[in-house]
Amino acid sequence: MQSLTNTSARYGWAMIILHWLIGIVFIGQFALGFVMVRTTSQRASFELIQLHKSFGFLLLGLIILRIAWRLRNAAPALPASVGTLERRTAPLAHFALYVFQIALPLSGWALVSVSTLEIPTMPFDLFVMPNLPLAESDAAESFWSAAHWYLAYAGIALVALHIAAALRHHFLLRDSVLTRMITPSSGRE
Amino acid sequence: MNARILGLAAFAACLAVPAIAAVALSDAAGSYTISPSGSSIRFTIGKAGGGGFDGAFGRFKGTIRIDNGDVGRSKVDLTIYPESVGTGQGRIDAFLRSDAVFDAANNPEIQFRSTSVTRTGDATALVTGRLTARGKTFPEKFTAELGGLKGGTIRFHVTGKVLRSRYGMDVGTPLYSNIVDFDMTLMGKRG
Ligand code: HEM
Ligand code: HEM
Repeated sequence: MQSLTNTSARYGWAMIILHWLIGIVFIGQFALGFVMVRTTSQRASFELIQLHKSFGFLLLGLIILRIAWRLRNAAPALPASVGTLERRTAPLAHFALYVFQIALPLSGWALVSVSTLEIPTMPFDLFVMPNLPLAESDAAESFWSAAHWYLAYAGIALVALHIAAALRHHFLLRDSVLTRMITPSSGRE
Repeated sequence: MNARILGLAAFAACLAVPAIAAVALSDAAGSYTISPSGSSIRFTIGKAGGGGFDGAFGRFKGTIRIDNGDVGRSKVDLTIYPESVGTGQGRIDAFLRSDAVFDAANNPEIQFRSTSVTRTGDATALVTGRLTARGKTFPEKFTAELGGLKGGTIRFHVTGKVLRSRYGMDVGTPLYSNIVDFDMTLMGKRG
């Protein structure tokens, strides 16, 4: 299949599908995390946290796949109409998004690994995910919990900016930046 | 010396076995009140990936009545206050007391009422009864072993497995096993 990989002008199906799949799960993870720690029912809260951990690991798997694919597939060049400032900052913003995608699941994994609650992790009840080899303590748990919290809020702020930029391209600048992330056929020079 | 200690232990064992057997009925018969100070109610729940977590109930009360002449007509009543659960981890205790597990605010008592006692050996018996927790009642079985009788004090070691899902406490399965392993020492004082 030709349109699976990126070319110099368009995104291929693999990047497009992974982008939207990860995009939905990532934003869903933020919403789930936000809700689960504010749920008054301890039972619902417990179940939602387990679900958040399951999706977190699903996300980690998808993101590793995405990064591996991306390393062999350069991103298409931006349309000629895009200005110099954005030409410089967009790759940095995208790099930062990749950093958050890796740091969030890893900080979450570290958090459950050092937690003195010692709650096991079974993604979707399928298998036991081992903990990271980190020493458990209340102090380490507070640290990773805070780290995860800051990463989640900083990450979602950057995603908001990212979405705003995409919408700006589509509705104000009317270029192909958004549509080429929807279908390879719209990626024309 | 090792040989001498072994010899003594064997001698003590020979004395102890018939002693407990002999104790069984006539001497043990009577009513006992479970004394919290000499008793403990501990439990373990296995965890996925190995290990488990242990806890204990700090407050409970009950009576043991051993029938003179017919063990089968003996009776055990036990009331546990789930509010008193302790695992050594405050956040887990709060979780267990909450409506996720015991709902201790609305269901302050867990009750066991024996329905039959069957002797299974010199010093052992199978105690069947009805366990009530969170408004649900099911038959359960426990194994009781007579640990000793001294003065007016009797001691039993009681073990048994309970499926927590039946009592609306299935939260956390399969991360945490559905089987709760009970290990109790019940010390009764005559009267
Ligand atoms: C392997 C992946 C992940 C694991 C194991 C994980 C685990 C956790 C845990 C255990 C908590 C509860 C923290 C607490 O109670 O203090 C939490 C909270 C949270 N997580 Fe994750 N997480 C993962 C991935 C993610 C991802 C990808 C996001 C996306 C943004 C995210 C967003 C959040 C948010 C927003 C909270 C709530 C923070 C708050 O408002 O207090 N998590 N996470
Ligand atoms: C749901 C709303 C979203 C929209 C509308 C959106 C839109 C876009 C668009 C249009 C592009 C292509 C940029 C270009 O043509 O150069 C893109 C790329 C990208 N998006 Fe999103 N996105 C969304 C959510 C997310 C989320 C939640 C993440 C990450 C957590 C994310 C991470 C990325 C990354 C890393 C790239 C760069 C891909 C690469 O070239 O390697 N996006 N996004």
